[in-house]
Amino acid sequence: QKRRFTFNLNCPTQKMNLFQSITSALDNTLASDPTAVIFGEDVAFGGVFRCTVGLRDKYGKDRVFNTPLCEQGIVGFGIGAAVAGATAIAEIQFADYIYPAFDQIVNEAAKYRYRSGNLFDCGSLTIRAPWGCVGHGSLYHSQSPEAFFAHCPGIKVVIPRSPVQAKGLLLSCIADKNPCIFFEPKILYRAAVEQVPEEPYIIPLSQAEILQEGSDVTLVAWGTQIHVMKEVAAMAQEKLGVSCEVIDLQTILPWDTETICKSVVKTGRLLISHEAPITGGFAAEISSTVQEECFLNLEAPISRVCGYDTPFPHIFEPFYIPDKWKCFEAIKKMINY
Amino acid sequence: MCFSQTPEKKRWQQRWFCRYCRQRRRRAAPEGQRLTEGRICAVQGLCWASLGKMLTNISNVLRACAQRNGAAAVVSARTYADFTNEATFEIKKCDTFKLDEGPATQVVMTRDEGLQYYRTMQTMRRMELKADQLYKQKIIRGFCHLYDGQEACAVGIEAAINLSDHLITAYRAHGYTYTRGGTVKKIMAELTGRRGGIAKGKGGSMHMYCKHFYGGNGIVGAQVPLGAGVALACKYQGNSELCVCLYGDGAANQGQIFETYNMAALWKLPVIFICENNGYGMGTSVERAAASTDYFKRGEFIPGVRVDGMDVLCVREASRFAADYCRSGKGPILMELQTYRYHGHSMSDPGVSYRTREEIQEVRSKSDPISMLKDRMLSNNMASVEELKEIDVEVRKEIEDAAQFATTDPEPPLEDLCNHIFHNNPPLEVRGTNPWSKLKSVS
Repeated sequence: QKRRFTFNLNCPTQKMNLFQSITSALDNTLASDPTAVIFGEDVAFGGVFRCTVGLRDKYGKDRVFNTPLCEQGIVGFGIGAAVAGATAIAEIQFADYIYPAFDQIVNEAAKYRYRSGNLFDCGSLTIRAPWGCVGHGSLYHSQSPEAFFAHCPGIKVVIPRSPVQAKGLLLSCIADKNPCIFFEPKILYRAAVEQVPEEPYIIPLSQAEILQEGSDVTLVAWGTQIHVMKEVAAMAQEKLGVSCEVIDLQTILPWDTETICKSVVKTGRLLISHEAPITGGFAAEISSTVQEECFLNLEAPISRVCGYDTPFPHIFEPFYIPDKWKCFEAIKKMINY
Repeated sequence: MCFSQTPEKKRWQQRWFCRYCRQRRRRAAPEGQRLTEGRICAVQGLCWASLGKMLTNISNVLRACAQRNGAAAVVSARTYADFTNEATFEIKKCDTFKLDEGPATQVVMTRDEGLQYYRTMQTMRRMELKADQLYKQKIIRGFCHLYDGQEACAVGIEAAINLSDHLITAYRAHGYTYTRGGTVKKIMAELTGRRGGIAKGKGGSMHMYCKHFYGGNGIVGAQVPLGAGVALACKYQGNSELCVCLYGDGAANQGQIFETYNMAALWKLPVIFICENNGYGMGTSVERAAASTDYFKRGEFIPGVRVDGMDVLCVREASRFAADYCRSGKGPILMELQTYRYHGHSMSDPGVSYRTREEIQEVRSKSDPISMLKDRMLSNNMASVEELKEIDVEVRKEIEDAAQFATTDPEPPLEDLCNHIFHNNPPLEVRGTNPWSKLKSVS
C-alpha cells in the first residue's frame, strides 16, 4: 500500500494556486460526469474565492447555479440531489456558516445509508467550504469545525494542504461513494502555488502522508498548520539537532491510525497541532488512540499545541494561533522530558 | 454673499464669492460667459452647480429685499427666527399587506427634528466614509460592512421608537450602534480593535452592542429568532416595550426567519420585523435570489408594509405606525424598507461587479437620503445653507477626533484574550496552545 503519493511529472502541469486547482478539479468533474452540478452562494460568477470561475460559462447555468442564502437548504437540497443520482457539489461560503446545515449533514447525510439498510445513499454529495484562520477573519470567518464532524460516523472529512493535494483529494471526495466534507484552507487560496497536473488524478483518502522522515519526534497536522510544522521541523533540526517526522493527516475522518502509530513507535514522541480550540479538538482523538496503541513506546506525554479555548478572537489572533514558536517550545519540552 | 452693493455698480466688475462655495473666490465674468471649470456666471452670482439648489432660497431673499425697499439684506446675518418651525410634507404611500390602513401620507416635521435627523445622518455618512478610508489604510482590518446610503432607515426607525425599546440587527450595524446611543469615538475604536471600543475591542465591526441594542450579529438571519425572544421578554415583563428586529433581503430566505414569524404570530409578540431590502444580497440581486421579492408579504399571516427606505420621513411614519400596532397588542408586523447601499457588501467587495456605476450614481443623485432632507428643509425655509454647513463642519471635526482616538488608543491587554468566555467566579483556567501555560478567564 503506497504511503507516499509520488508525483508523476510526465503529464502536463500548470502553475496553479489553491483556488485554481479547485477550479481545475471541478472542471474535470463537470467534463467527465454529466450529472455533476455545483451550487452554493455566489458560485455562478466565480465564488467569493474565485474557485468556480468560468465554470458557468463553460457548462451552462443549469449545472453551476446560485442558491439563495440558506445553508440548511443548500445541504438538504444537495442530499436530495445526491440520493436521486446526481453528483452534487455544494459550496458553503465559509466553514463558519456550516452550522445551520449541521443537522442536515449529521442527521440526514451521514446516516442515510445506515438507516435505509443500504437501499439509499447520498454518496455523491460533496460539501466544500473555506476553512481556517486567515489573519483578519475574526470570529466568523476563521473557524475550523472539523472536530464537530469528526464525531459523526457516516461522513468523510478531508483537508488538503496544497494545490496538488487539493485537486487530488477533491477528486477523490467527489468519486468517493460517501458524503464528504472538503475544507479548503482559505489563507492558502492565493498563497500556495504549485505545478499541478491538468489531467484528473486522485489521491487516496484515509491515507496520511509522511512529508519528511525523522527519528525523534512525530509532528502531525493538517491544512495550513502543516506548513508551520515543516518550519518547526527545520528549526528543531537546526537548533536542537532533533530529527522530526512530519505527517499530513489529510483525511480527518476516517483517519489513518496505522501511519501515525507506526511513526510514534519509531520516534516515541508525538506533537499534534491545529488551530481549533484544544478541548475536544481532533488532536484529542489522535492523542487518545495513540496512547492506547503505543503506550509503552511513548517517551514523553503526547503534546497538543492548539488554539485556546476561546472563540476565535478579533484582535488577538496572532496570540491565539499555534505558531511555530509554541510548537518549538513543545518539542523542547518533550525532548527534555 | 454680500448684497451691499449700490445698484448702479455692475455686478460683474467686482470680485465676488459664489453664494454656495463662498470659500472659493471667483473672478466674475460678464453674464453668460464661462468661468473656469465650466461654470457659467448666472444672474444672481451663483455658480451653475449651486444655482438649482439655491434658486428658491434666492427668491426668498430677494423678496425680503424688495419689501425693505431694495436695501441691503445680508444673508449671513439672518436670524433663526426667520425660519419656519414646522412644515407638512407629502410622502409616498406605503403598500400594505393584510392591513386596512397604512401609515399616514401627510407628515409634519419640525425644524429641530429636521436638524437632528440631518446631523445624525450626516454623522453616520461621514463615519462610514472615514471607516472606508481607515480600512484602505489598513488601520481597520477584518470585515467592514458599511451603511452609507441606508442612513434614513436607522434614523427614521429611531425617531419612531424610544431608547427603552429594543433593537437587533445583522452585521451592517455601525449606523444602528450610533442611533442607539453609541458614540462615534467608541464605534471607531471598536473598528480598529482598541480598548476604548464599544465592545472593548474584542468584537470588531460586526459585533457592536450598547444598551437595548443587541448587535451586531455575524451569522445571517441568526438574529431574528433572538429578536423574537427579546420581544417575548418585553411582553412577559409587561413594560410596553417592543423589539425591532432587522435583517436583509439575503437573510429573508433563511429558514429561521420563517420559524420566527410563526412563533411571533402565534404568541402575538411585540416585534417589528424589518427587512432592509437594498436590492442585493452581497453580490446577488433580489430577482435572482428570491422567488418572491415582495418581502413585506413573506410573513403571510403577519401584516406587512412596504416603505421607501430612502426617505427618512417615510421610514419614521411607517415605524410609528408599526410601533403603535405592536404596542396595542395586535402582535408582530413586518416592514420592508426599500433602500440602497453605495458601497459594496463589505470593504472587500468593490460593489461594481454586479451593478453598474451608473446605477449607483443615479440613486446618489436622485434618492440620497441626506440630500432629500436637505432640499426639503431648504425649500421650506426651515434652515439655511450656512447652518447646515456648520453642522457639516462640526460633524467632520467629530469624526476626525474619533478617528484620531481610534488610531492612537492602545489595544486591549493580552489578559483580555480569555476573559468573558463563561460567567465564573473564581477565575477559570483556560487551556491554551501548550499544556504548560494556562491563562485565566475572568468574568
